Amino acid sequence: MSADWPILSLTIWLPIIGGMLVLAGGDKAPNITRWLAVLVSVATFLVSLSLWSGFDPSTAQMQFVERAPWIEMFRIEYYLGVDGISMPLILLTTFITILVIIAGWEVIQFKPSQYMAAFLVMEGVMVGVFSALDAMLFYVFWEAMLIPMFLIIGIWGGPNRVYATIKFFLYTFLGSVFMLVALIYMYFKSGNMEILGFHGLKLDLTEQVLIFIAFLLAFAVKVPMWPVHTWLPDAHVEAPTGGSVILAAIMLKIGGYGFLRFSLPITPDASNELDGMIIAMSLIAVVYIGFVALVQQDMKKLIAYSSIAHMGFVTLGFFIVFIIMGRADVTGGAVLGIEGGMVQMISHGFISAAMFLCVGVLYDRVHSRMIKDYGGVVNTMPWFAAFMVFFAMSNAGLPGTSGFVGEFMVILASFRADFWFAFLAATTLIVGAAYTLWMVKRVVFGDVANHHVAELEDITKREVLVLGSLAVAVLVLGLWPAPLVEVMDATVRNLLAHVAVSKL
Amino acid sequence: MIALSDYLMVGAILFSLSVAGIFLNRKNLLILLMCVELMLLAVNMNFIAFSHFNGDLAGQIFVFFILTVAAAEAAIGLAILVVLFRNRRTIDVEELDTLKG
Amino acid sequence: MEHIYLAIVLAPLLGAIVAGLFRNQIGRTGAHWAAILGVAASCLLSLYVLKLFIYDGEQLYNKALYTWMVSDGIRFEVGFLIDKLTVMMMSVVTFVSLMVHIYTIGYMAHEEGYQRFFSYIALFTFAMLMLVMSNNFLQLFFGWEAVGLVSYLLIGFYFKRESAIFANLKAFLVNRVGDFGFILGIAAIAMFFNSLDYAEVFGKAPELKDATIQVWGSTPWSLMTVVCILLFIGAMGKSAQVPLHVWLPDSMEGPTPISALIHAATMVTAGIFMVARMSPLYELSETALSFVLIIGATTAFFTGLIGIVQNDIKRVVAYSTLSQLGYMIAALGVSAYAAGLFHLMTHAFFKALLFLAAGSVIMGMHHDQDIRNMGGVRKYMPITWITALLGSLALIGFPGFSGFFSKDAIIGAIHHSDIFGAGYASVLVTAGVFVTALYSFRMFFLVFHGEGPRDDHAKHHLHESPWVVTLPLILLAIPSVVIGWMTIQPMLFGDWFTGVLTVLPEHDALGEVGKHYHGQIGFIEHGMLELPFWLAMGGLFVAWFIYMKKPALALEIRTRFDWFYHVLDMKYWFDEVYQIIFAKGSRALGGFLSEVGDRFLIDGLIVNGSAKVVDSVAHRVRRLQTGYLYHYAIAMILGLLLLLSIFVVA
Repeated sequence: MSADWPILSLTIWLPIIGGMLVLAGGDKAPNITRWLAVLVSVATFLVSLSLWSGFDPSTAQMQFVERAPWIEMFRIEYYLGVDGISMPLILLTTFITILVIIAGWEVIQFKPSQYMAAFLVMEGVMVGVFSALDAMLFYVFWEAMLIPMFLIIGIWGGPNRVYATIKFFLYTFLGSVFMLVALIYMYFKSGNMEILGFHGLKLDLTEQVLIFIAFLLAFAVKVPMWPVHTWLPDAHVEAPTGGSVILAAIMLKIGGYGFLRFSLPITPDASNELDGMIIAMSLIAVVYIGFVALVQQDMKKLIAYSSIAHMGFVTLGFFIVFIIMGRADVTGGAVLGIEGGMVQMISHGFISAAMFLCVGVLYDRVHSRMIKDYGGVVNTMPWFAAFMVFFAMSNAGLPGTSGFVGEFMVILASFRADFWFAFLAATTLIVGAAYTLWMVKRVVFGDVANHHVAELEDITKREVLVLGSLAVAVLVLGLWPAPLVEVMDATVRNLLAHVAVSKL
Repeated sequence: MIALSDYLMVGAILFSLSVAGIFLNRKNLLILLMCVELMLLAVNMNFIAFSHFNGDLAGQIFVFFILTVAAAEAAIGLAILVVLFRNRRTIDVEELDTLKG
Repeated sequence: MEHIYLAIVLAPLLGAIVAGLFRNQIGRTGAHWAAILGVAASCLLSLYVLKLFIYDGEQLYNKALYTWMVSDGIRFEVGFLIDKLTVMMMSVVTFVSLMVHIYTIGYMAHEEGYQRFFSYIALFTFAMLMLVMSNNFLQLFFGWEAVGLVSYLLIGFYFKRESAIFANLKAFLVNRVGDFGFILGIAAIAMFFNSLDYAEVFGKAPELKDATIQVWGSTPWSLMTVVCILLFIGAMGKSAQVPLHVWLPDSMEGPTPISALIHAATMVTAGIFMVARMSPLYELSETALSFVLIIGATTAFFTGLIGIVQNDIKRVVAYSTLSQLGYMIAALGVSAYAAGLFHLMTHAFFKALLFLAAGSVIMGMHHDQDIRNMGGVRKYMPITWITALLGSLALIGFPGFSGFFSKDAIIGAIHHSDIFGAGYASVLVTAGVFVTALYSFRMFFLVFHGEGPRDDHAKHHLHESPWVVTLPLILLAIPSVVIGWMTIQPMLFGDWFTGVLTVLPEHDALGEVGKHYHGQIGFIEHGMLELPFWLAMGGLFVAWFIYMKKPALALEIRTRFDWFYHVLDMKYWFDEVYQIIFAKGSRALGGFLSEVGDRFLIDGLIVNGSAKVVDSVAHRVRRLQTGYLYHYAIAMILGLLLLLSIFVVA
């Protein structure tokens, strides 16, 4: 594909338009809609692959830039571009969407065309979030993302879906309103909506702190960080499998991405001031949430809590950099922290998706998410059990799987900040293994627990395809993370160089 | 000679009567309507008094406008009242609390 | 050479993949051939490399295979460091593994999941080789966790059994506690050395001898001590040292072949290997060495005592393994790394042998593992009997057998050391010899001698195991007897480990032992005059007297020392205490945080609480909306008045 093509626009609009087509097709011939949806998502993925192949990892500049006036009166532009931070996340989005659509193939019998369309539209919108360089455009995509998710949980969700959707919506909306205020404030200061322009904007400490807190509210809810995490378990429990996958694999990452794109570069001094609070919240997320996950009776809730704990590593990796840079006796480590957080985001995208899909496989057969309704699944579903144990191990951070890489990098980096940060972060090695493997023990191992388990059939070829491709991704990233780290290295270094300079 | 203040006093008394009528009356919606009319008349009184003492006819012209509007208003009000009575079989103010939160 | 090393590692992996993923296509025979061929190729190549190192003066190989990742100037690589220590480990691992593979054909012949089992043990061999051949901490940690994973899978091999899946979870979690320390140690190294490569770290270590790190407040702690103790916590988990030893006895839930391979000969010795590999670091911290010594000696003696009261044949051997691991660790503590490794090697052979012999008996007894039901097995299983005898003699350190050389060297080294704790350790390891002899021969006599099996049915079916089982027994019995004699000279007092292990002159306890060394015969003669030899003989005699001569005596002693028996029988209550503090405690904490923290405070008070506040305010405010026109009218008028008066006053 030629470099002149508007690849980012294609990646955004192809699934959205494809989604509209799927929607227009209706449910009269569900198989055709399904195939059309897969086709669109695969095509999008292939288009997005050219982002990787055409990417120049040696520069921190924005690439694949597209720029056109949008609302000229307010100097708002349609301005897209990617760097080493957003590009891997876009690929993650397009990859996971294919799997979600394939996973929903037979499970969704109720209005399949609308279901598929919702996911395709969401894919486009999420890619938009990652590639928008105009703050208004970013905000539009950011809010638009809520709509399909709201519908997915609200229509195809479980019995308590109304409570979950409202909680989800209000939580996230609360945060984003403050972000809008901050964006508008900076618009008045700088006269335009360019995010990159905001990076260079001079702000005094009070302004920075207020803007930082506004962003924090938006991003912390999305990540989610303790103590604004309680929407996630509810949303996950009620969401259909595909919704949980997208939620865990991609939407949470948008919070992490926001920290890197907005909080750190726009308000470096405030980030520096308040990093202790964020680190404390991250460590609480790792330890506290780990223990909470231990006692969950519902598999989806357990994995949801595990997601929160793992995302704690992301924010920890991002914010220890200030302490590391502030320590005179330590050289290096800051890059390691941010890259570790990034790797953790990508890896968590694969692993949490896989874990939710595994639960989905069981749920489709038994229609229960409760751990006590299972036991001895390995007897009737040996191949599934193999996948489940594999993903559980990667969730527990086994070296050789992607789950290890990010945690390892962040622990290494946090040791440079403070021994006790590393100490608390490393407890995840024990607690993470405890809650994941205890669940595996109760669900997968043991003798056949009841007649539901006895009647289980092993995974179909389609499920093997979905879980298998995730397993390959987890293994490749675990055994050879170098390409991923290489792609983001220049960007991260540039970001740190920018952050190290005070705006005051 | 009747002073301006006397006219204004009459207007004020009329207005106060109508206001008192609006919220002391708890029975009939018709009385409410009449009170509203009385209120308008009190305003008219003031208009005429000021017009006379200022030597400006515009005030008296205004009164005609108000009278016209009041007539239209009374017609519409009564029409609503009739419809209301048909639906609810009552025009008792105590019963009409659909706006209650 | 690179191709050979790669082949050594990858052949078992290939075998594992073929046996695991294509199990239905290739069937049982295909699976065991795939795994055995992989491991055999690996074993033969390892022995070939060993030959090159011994006779052809092959030199050290240290090269990265590929770059795992580069971040922040640190190169994370995957590569091989092949020196004489590695070669020794490779040979032992692949040889024992091959024996166990062959043995498995017989032992697992009638089991379900035959292919899966072969796939796992071949995968284990791969992981263990990655561990020992690593040239950096990252890969070491990979191997470290990967063997833990396979151990987890294999302990839970009989996944229908509740006790098995309890044991494997426990094993993994206890190991994770160790790994917790280990990864912090690695993080400390990455911070101060800015590299994870062994050669670079060891090269830079002397410079950082006096470096300090602030862990608690502003008190400076010696960096080397912190690093070494953190790394050693990892070793305590993997090598099952007190207080992290609780998983190993339970791991006996796994099939016997893996008890031999993983939980006796190889994986559990990874900790010893690791500490020896890190000798350039450990030498710089006497505090860490003392810590190692005390933990090792404590484990060696106290877990051995538990072995005396166990009645499950595998558990006796398991406690024996714990105790022997304690010996190895204690040797490391007095800087006698070579002696520790030497004992590691001899122990790998004779303990694998003992486990496999136990497995053979278990097969004969139709999976009854209680030694009280056995007896007189000698008549029916002569090959198992003789090999078990040889293994037991090696274990108790009978003069001339391999265990004698290695154990005597350890005890001698501890005796000569003057590091803190050496006196304590010296007493414990010497007394441990008596205990070792007692439990070994108690089991031996109860199983093989005396009255035949209690159960007539069992007696009827008792017969010698097939050749696939006895052949590995014989092949392991040979090195169990002779390997000590053959290798003591180069390994302990020669130059085999020169340049591999670092021992500071002031710590060189083994060198003191070496001063009195004049050939194997001399070593034996000297050893027979020493206390440990007589203790071993004493233990053997006591075992014979109690269990062969006067069986009633055992019961009497037990009644007389009932409290002591109870303490041992309850294994010092470690399991119970851990169960309450960690298992129940963390669940209670989790429940508390979930209920009070999440559900009550955050969701209840803040999230739903704010919704409730809005709700109740609205409930109150809505009463203002009476719906009566005259109320609205008066409100309007009052408002008007208010505005007017404000206007007028202003």
